[in-house]
Amino acid sequence: MTILEAELTPATLKQDMERLFLKKKLMGFALPALVLAYMTYVFFAFDMPGLWQRVSWQNAQTLVSDTYSYKTHVTRDNRDASVSVAIEGERKGSYPEGQSPDWVTLAAGAEGETVIDLENGHLVRFGSDSIEYDIPGYGLVRATPTRAKGVQAELPAGDVPEWISVSKNRLAITTDAGRLTVTRNRAEVFRYFTGWELFFFTLDSPYHGMGIGEVLTRAATGEAGAIFHDFWNNKMWRHQDVAWAIAETLLMAFLGTIGAGIFALPLAFIAARNFSPFGPLRFVVRRFFDFLRGVDSLIWTVVLARAFGPGPLTGALAILVTDTGTFGKIFSEALENVDEKQIEGVSSTGAKPAQRYRFGVIPQITPVLLSQLLYFLESNTRSATIIGAITGGGIGLLLTQAIITQKDWEEVAYYIVLIILMVMMMDWLSGWLRRRLIKGEGGKTKRRARADGKAFLLP
Amino acid sequence: MADLTAAPLTTADIRAQYSEMTRRKRLYGGIILVVFVALMMAGFRTADGRNAGSFYDGITHVFDYPSEVLSEASEKAAELPGHLVNFFPALIETLNIAAASTLVGVVFGTLLSLLSTRGMAPWPRLIPLFRRIMDISRAIPEIVIALVLIFLLGGGPVPAMIAIAIHTAGALGKLFSEVNENASLKPVEGLESVGGSWGQRMWLGVIPQVGPNYVSYALLRFEINIRASAILGFVGAGGIGYELKNAMSWGQGRYDEAAAIFLLLFITIVVVDQISSGMRDRLINGAKA
Repeated sequence: MTILEAELTPATLKQDMERLFLKKKLMGFALPALVLAYMTYVFFAFDMPGLWQRVSWQNAQTLVSDTYSYKTHVTRDNRDASVSVAIEGERKGSYPEGQSPDWVTLAAGAEGETVIDLENGHLVRFGSDSIEYDIPGYGLVRATPTRAKGVQAELPAGDVPEWISVSKNRLAITTDAGRLTVTRNRAEVFRYFTGWELFFFTLDSPYHGMGIGEVLTRAATGEAGAIFHDFWNNKMWRHQDVAWAIAETLLMAFLGTIGAGIFALPLAFIAARNFSPFGPLRFVVRRFFDFLRGVDSLIWTVVLARAFGPGPLTGALAILVTDTGTFGKIFSEALENVDEKQIEGVSSTGAKPAQRYRFGVIPQITPVLLSQLLYFLESNTRSATIIGAITGGGIGLLLTQAIITQKDWEEVAYYIVLIILMVMMMDWLSGWLRRRLIKGEGGKTKRRARADGKAFLLP
Repeated sequence: MADLTAAPLTTADIRAQYSEMTRRKRLYGGIILVVFVALMMAGFRTADGRNAGSFYDGITHVFDYPSEVLSEASEKAAELPGHLVNFFPALIETLNIAAASTLVGVVFGTLLSLLSTRGMAPWPRLIPLFRRIMDISRAIPEIVIALVLIFLLGGGPVPAMIAIAIHTAGALGKLFSEVNENASLKPVEGLESVGGSWGQRMWLGVIPQVGPNYVSYALLRFEINIRASAILGFVGAGGIGYELKNAMSWGQGRYDEAAAIFLLLFITIVVVDQISSGMRDRLINGAKA
């Protein structure tokens, strides 16, 4: 003690302390500075300043307005003056010949006039050879499309406001009530409505436009099958396909995760130090696990898609292969932490090796095994969505298809909501099962399972 | 000891009861196993039926593509180093996406976790709200946000970064708040008693306690995010995944490029995995000591 005291004079102590403090202070500033410097570098490496110009506000507007509203197109073919009405301008949403929503009055004969009421006094008339738009507070706009001279527009006197664009071959008017576009070949009126169009029944179904009460009454009087059939085969929203896609995605996650667990468990025994006395074999199996994990799931997906083609099986196999590596590592580490005493106890009763494993080892690692399997089941639901988008299967495929069309944003929003609900449901289910199954094993094992599980969990 | 007055059980009774119980347990276990196996088989057959190619046809061709790629790459082995250098910037971009999104995710995850931990939250009434925000941002697969943002911002690293950062914030927020729950509140109370603001209490009272755990989770997340950013590249968000998609779409004759990208990705993942697991080991064990 005397020697120690001789060395640690207050002066040296103070010096040491000051050095330590200085180091800490420097660290305290250097670390945030480093992060800041890195973020600045990334800011310019990713060309964030240029991003501002690239942002497509037009697209953003379409996207946002399309997710909660839809438009009905009233189209006049200028060659034969025929008028058609279609929701979103799609064939599957078009009104049958001679029918129209009540705000469109179709022409009685060939020489008649189609009147489109856009409300608040906005009236569009498709005449026999000209198109008129009566805009309250501005005046009457008349356009006469001809094949020879393009679109001849007559506007009220004065400057052309910015919401009207006129050129030789095109007239476009955008007001709060709707939009009118006239070109040489066609005149088109868009009227916007809030909501998701035809979500339950398409126009060709007799149940379209019925109140919920009436549909329920009809269902009660024996039409339930027909009602469900019309809903299930809705061509616009394809409820059947969507349900299948979700099922496929869940199937991919389930088959992949459980399959990986089944393959990984026996291999983990070979890779665990205390169960596999043969060193080189252990090394080989471990490197095999590392290889499976190291080759990313992206590469596995790409390779397997070549062999099996697009579909849920490919996704399931990609998850299976990647997770076999991960599970192998986790399980073998859990096996190495197994309590030897329990195995000794079982073997003292004269148990054969198989029984020793069954009653001495498996009960010990079951909590780790189950909790990891369930964690991954949830996380793989998300992976399955992504893999589905790459290989083509499940809800991921539907989502990418809907995004690629760049106009069905209401469907995109619908799929996103479904995906989020699906993942949250799996999260809840896996948490519930984890609590139910592992609680039964007693408090102690539960704590160990959590501690063991923590280090690897992929949330 | 009063129970001794009840009718004494003979050994035969006990044995009968025990074997009855075991039988029932075995029966239930057996039923569950059979149902489970049936479910797996049915699932497999459904997946097989809905797949473009069947399992039995495909299984013989699994190694066709890798061997094609490998043989072509070995034919042009001399060009491999050149390709590796060529694609290195793309790899850096992928790593940058992963690192930046992890950093952003850590910042927002920390905030969300502090706002949703009882005893630390400045507005305890809003805890459920912040929890739901975390749940939702955790539940959205990165690809969903990335694809929508690619439509708005055009292709490039930024959509991927934002998408991964949102998911990371949710995922880390949940883990961080579990860590926070185990942190001692005494330093926070001490700081409060001397008039520390909420920011000071968190920064000086909580963060030093939970720092090592946070960093360890963030490193794990970084590993995951590298994989995620490679995948997002494949759908058009730049980086090595984008190059891989291009190289693959060229088809035969350009497989040497694909091989180079596979190699780069593999090496990166293994190296980062090794480094980060080493660092995590040190952080956790250092925290314990």
